[in-house]
Amino acid sequence: MFPPQFGYRRAGSVAEAVDLLAEFSDRDARVLAGGHGLLPDLKAGREAPDVLVDVGGVDDLRYVEAEGGATAVGALTTYADVDENERLWSRATAFAEAVSHVGDVQIRNRGTVGGNLAQADPSADPPAAALVSEATLVARGPDGRRDIDAADFFEGDGGTTLRDGELLTEVRIPAVDDGSEGSGATAGGAYHKETHPASGYALVGVAAAVVVEDGDVTDARVAVNGVTDPPRRLAPVEAALDGAPADAESVEAAADRATEDIDPGAAVSDAYASGAYRVEVLPVHVRRSLETALDRATGAAATPTRPPHRPAADDGGDRR
Amino acid sequence: MYEHDITLTVNGATEELTVESRTLLVHALRDGLGYTGPNVGCESGKCGACTVHLDGDAVKSCTLLAVQADGGAVTTVEGMATADGADGPDDAADALHPIQRAFHEEHGLQCGYCTPGMVMTAAQVLEENPDPSREAIRASLKGNICRCTGYHNVVNAVESAADSLRNLDSSTEGE
Ligand SMILES: Cc1cc2nc3c(=O)[nH]c(=O)nc-3n(C[C@H](O)[C@H](O)[C@H](O)COP(=O)(O)OP(=O)(O)OC[C@H]3O[C@@H](n4cnc5c(N)ncnc54)[C@H](O)[C@@H]3O)c2cc1C
Ligand code: FES
Ligand code: FES
Repeated sequence: MFPPQFGYRRAGSVAEAVDLLAEFSDRDARVLAGGHGLLPDLKAGREAPDVLVDVGGVDDLRYVEAEGGATAVGALTTYADVDENERLWSRATAFAEAVSHVGDVQIRNRGTVGGNLAQADPSADPPAAALVSEATLVARGPDGRRDIDAADFFEGDGGTTLRDGELLTEVRIPAVDDGSEGSGATAGGAYHKETHPASGYALVGVAAAVVVEDGDVTDARVAVNGVTDPPRRLAPVEAALDGAPADAESVEAAADRATEDIDPGAAVSDAYASGAYRVEVLPVHVRRSLETALDRATGAAATPTRPPHRPAADDGGDRR
Repeated sequence: MYEHDITLTVNGATEELTVESRTLLVHALRDGLGYTGPNVGCESGKCGACTVHLDGDAVKSCTLLAVQADGGAVTTVEGMATADGADGPDDAADALHPIQRAFHEEHGLQCGYCTPGMVMTAAQVLEENPDPSREAIRASLKGNICRCTGYHNVVNAVESAADSLRNLDSSTEGE
């Protein structure tokens, strides 16, 4: 499987990448980051761009930084970088956990957060987490910077509202208002996935982020990938939880409403699983994701600081 | 824009070659430079037979353009054994890297097609986590598929390699 021929240029900076994309605006030019979404598409003949503008070496776009209440993640930050970032695990747990479910060790060393979101595969893991985090996606193009709400970013069938010539540069994740200023509210997040054993992608992936105060849920955000195209928030589930006691009954009742505004006929369906199957099992995964998020918010379960496949050396795991 | 002169440091040796934009790293290594350790299995990033290290990270060389690796340092399975001492069967065994020796001793391979990739992934994993649980070993080899042995002996091999590497470490401490 050889990719068809294409031109290749390497950009050393964001400005140079934007200039190169402008220079090739009359051709089918494409950004190349880690290449783990694009190269399989080229090899399989699903895509045949004329020119690739490689931003993989733009190290300025590889960072996780605290900025005000938000956490800013550079587009070129790899999945492996996210694994090691305790700030992301504690402040944006659903996002870090969703990223930790992507691929395997080798994929995770190369694939980037920005590339994943720009690829916008409906069965990818990070998009639902970007939605529940109410993240802002920052783009740079010939006209400068543009901020896009995650809710306005994904368009279905791998489409996004990024414009031609624009580069995704950053994902900004606002801190959840957990009232750490003294109100006693606590936040928790989780991502739960049913992984297809062959493709590795999510058949169903549910991200949840909740805030609990005085035993009640004061904020609940839940989104799904793998079932709807594009991935989306589940408004009926969120509404059911709003103000409800943070207990198993509320979760059960909310999960029952998971498919309320989903059209089964339009659900994602492919060789791996039918749309009907995905819709059928969605409520179970909503329940599991919410249970974990609530347990973490209430302290019934600890929020992990790194993914299970990268345990600290002294994890005390079962050795034989 | 369609052809590129690139430099790779492969197992410590500087290699210069000309590649097309579309040349994959695995083909540059195998066909361009003769390093046939990285194997081509699935060609789609799933099986891990083509795993090499690029600047210290395990990567699938079938899902990378050679030109993306320009200027980088690549280690293939050929770079794991020490070059000297390969004069006879006993010496050859001695020259193996502890991970390679553990695959041999624990019978962690049959046809060996997947083995170079397994060894390269295990090497990175053990560097980060010298004392992994069996569960962690399995999770970390998720991207390496073996069609012959099943995985039990592979996990045994990585566990045994971890033991040898830790012993090596403690015996060389303070030198
Ligand atoms: C074996 C395998 C298993 C995988 N398993 C999973 C999985 O379990 N879950 C999952 O979510 N994904 C999975 N993936 C997909 C993969 O993780 C992502 O699609 C990929 O990593 C995207 O990031 P990248 O940096 O490699 O992007 P690239 O492949 O370089 O680019 C992907 C697309 O995004 C565009 N793009 C990239 N960066 C930018 C940018 N900064 N600005 C604008 N456009 C940009 C490119 O033009 C291209 O269209 C898997 C991939 C492989 C090969
Ligand atoms: S050949 Fe590269 S992963 Fe299978
Ligand atoms: S030993 Fe044959 S594929 Fe693994």
